[in-house]
Amino acid sequence: MIGDYTFGEFTSILAMQGFAGLSLFSVFVLMALGLAIIFGQMGVINMAHGEFMILGAYVTYLCSHLVTTYVPVLFPVYFFAAMVLAFCASFSLGVLVEWALIRHLYRRPLDTLLATWGLSLILQQVYRSVFGAREVGVTLPDWMMGSVALTDMIEIPINGLFVMGLTILIAFGVYLMMARSTFGKQVRAVLQNRVMAGAVGINTKRVDRLTFGLGCGIAGIAGAAFTMIGSTGPTAGQLYIVDTFLVVVFGGAGSLIGTIASAFTISQAQSTMEFFMSGSMAKVLTLLTVVGILMLRPQGLFTLNIRR
Amino acid sequence: MTSDTQLFKPREWVALAILAAIILIVIPIGVDTFRLNLVGKYLTYAFVAIGLVLCWGLGGILSLGQGIFFGLGGYCMAMFLKLEASTPEATKIQSTPGIPDFMDWNQITELPFWWQPFHSLSFTLVAIVAVPAIFAYIIGAAMFKRRVGGVYFAIITQAVAAILTILIIGQQGYTGGVNGITDLRTLLGWDIRTDDAKTVLYFVNAVLLIACLVAAQFVRVSKFGRLLVAMRDREDRVRFSGYDVANFKIFIFCLAAAFSAIGGAMFTLQVGFMSPSFVGIVPSIEMVIFCAVGGRMSLFGAVYGALLVNFAKTTFSESFPELWLFAMGGLFIAVVMAFPNGLAGVFRDHVEPALLKLAQRLPLWRAGGVPLSSSAK
Repeated sequence: MIGDYTFGEFTSILAMQGFAGLSLFSVFVLMALGLAIIFGQMGVINMAHGEFMILGAYVTYLCSHLVTTYVPVLFPVYFFAAMVLAFCASFSLGVLVEWALIRHLYRRPLDTLLATWGLSLILQQVYRSVFGAREVGVTLPDWMMGSVALTDMIEIPINGLFVMGLTILIAFGVYLMMARSTFGKQVRAVLQNRVMAGAVGINTKRVDRLTFGLGCGIAGIAGAAFTMIGSTGPTAGQLYIVDTFLVVVFGGAGSLIGTIASAFTISQAQSTMEFFMSGSMAKVLTLLTVVGILMLRPQGLFTLNIRR
Repeated sequence: MTSDTQLFKPREWVALAILAAIILIVIPIGVDTFRLNLVGKYLTYAFVAIGLVLCWGLGGILSLGQGIFFGLGGYCMAMFLKLEASTPEATKIQSTPGIPDFMDWNQITELPFWWQPFHSLSFTLVAIVAVPAIFAYIIGAAMFKRRVGGVYFAIITQAVAAILTILIIGQQGYTGGVNGITDLRTLLGWDIRTDDAKTVLYFVNAVLLIACLVAAQFVRVSKFGRLLVAMRDREDRVRFSGYDVANFKIFIFCLAAAFSAIGGAMFTLQVGFMSPSFVGIVPSIEMVIFCAVGGRMSLFGAVYGALLVNFAKTTFSESFPELWLFAMGGLFIAVVMAFPNGLAGVFRDHVEPALLKLAQRLPLWRAGGVPLSSSAK
């Protein structure tokens, strides 16, 4: 492979593909963080996670549309408001779903899988009915367009950088919340020993509901980030759900660091290989490797020892 | 009192007779050839659903990748039929006559080596069952030997289904890509596209289905079937009793795969093509819902579930395409939340007692002295 390129060109290619992979990485991380909380901490398989992400993407699209129509002055900063709204929308839907559906199924993880798959079908059709079957894209403000030239051969798109920064910020925020805040401690307490957590006065049902909502809300932010790298359609979420589950399982369910590390590995591997072979083969090879490693090491890369 | 090891209890004999009567007599008489072909297509999914009853209902192993095996079986059949349809005479306008048309379109000039054996029907028939079973063995051995189960198994099988779909679509020259293998014509010179052939294939399919059902019932009432249920409920205790849990799981997974593959092959024969849209994640999960609607513990329920859900799907998507996904999604949620035992559960809890009560009013039955009241289980 290297034969056709000089060493300098080769490193530039790797760097460019690496940065292209970073956008994918960001969406993976944000999706997977939400899923790691829901699946890793609560043991619920949320197949509708992709649809929660797409909800965030549609909210961002609506914001971009409304802002350009009514208050074009605010256009350069609309994205921040959109992110907050995306979080709120997905969070509220998540809390609603937990109340209506998930809380009845905590002891039957495989059934949550089927029920949330049903939910995802319904949500897809709702999106199709409301927003139409065609894919929509958002207009980015000017300051996010363009790219930074690092050397004459390496260029980094600004929106990619922005999403990257955002991802790091959110990942750090989630880490802080889980590790330091009272709520995070409660979540971990409930995870480790539900009965004892209840006995010391933690409202476990409320914690469950908020945890699920939080996971969905982060998916909503992932949706906002997703609008920058792809166009939003009713079924776009479904394309990512298996990858995201693999990211979470590969990283070791329950480990946030593992989730981030595995999202990074998978997205980088895929993006780098895409340059050398067709996109589909790159994906096949990546997924095969991940599945292969999981067969050898089923507990994932990083694991916490959790007493269940 | 009947022994527990009997293949069918009296009540199940009645159920089998009713099912056989419906699919062998009532449906063929009641509908035209076009609809009969459709029902035949639905019944091919029943093979998968029966496999899932064994694997998921009894064994507690939820595979979200039954589409893999359905597809592999279907593709094996399709490869044979395609080779038969691509004789040098029939394909002489191609730049390389004698190879399938899609290979020619993709600038492939020679039949790949792994296509070669599919010239032989006997090899193909073996491959239809063997290829998916071996594949299932590899997945199963890798997972169950390491005691990976439950949710993780579901996710991994789903990922494998995704990988296979991407691979089939990506390797267009060897697999026909997203369109699949189409334009299949004859089986050993016998045209499978005529109405007569479709009727014959329907009956072959129906008889095979009943054979699979009986085989599944045989597994279910055997000691192995009981161990499966025990493993589902208390895996550790079975392991501590000295049984090799992993091998049992691998076996049942392979058996379910083989059933699905037979269904897939019959699907190809009846519908006349095979494409990746029957392999991926979405069809695989739909197959689980056929089983869940019928009742995850009931073999008969699986057949009715596959028939009903597919019938509903065709009807809905013909007349109200927007409503179909709502209905399907609602079905998933309803089955999980309200009817965890599916149609079979509803029948057992509500319909059967009512029927028996009705029957007991008739003097004929009372005289017979059949212990009807013991119908709770």
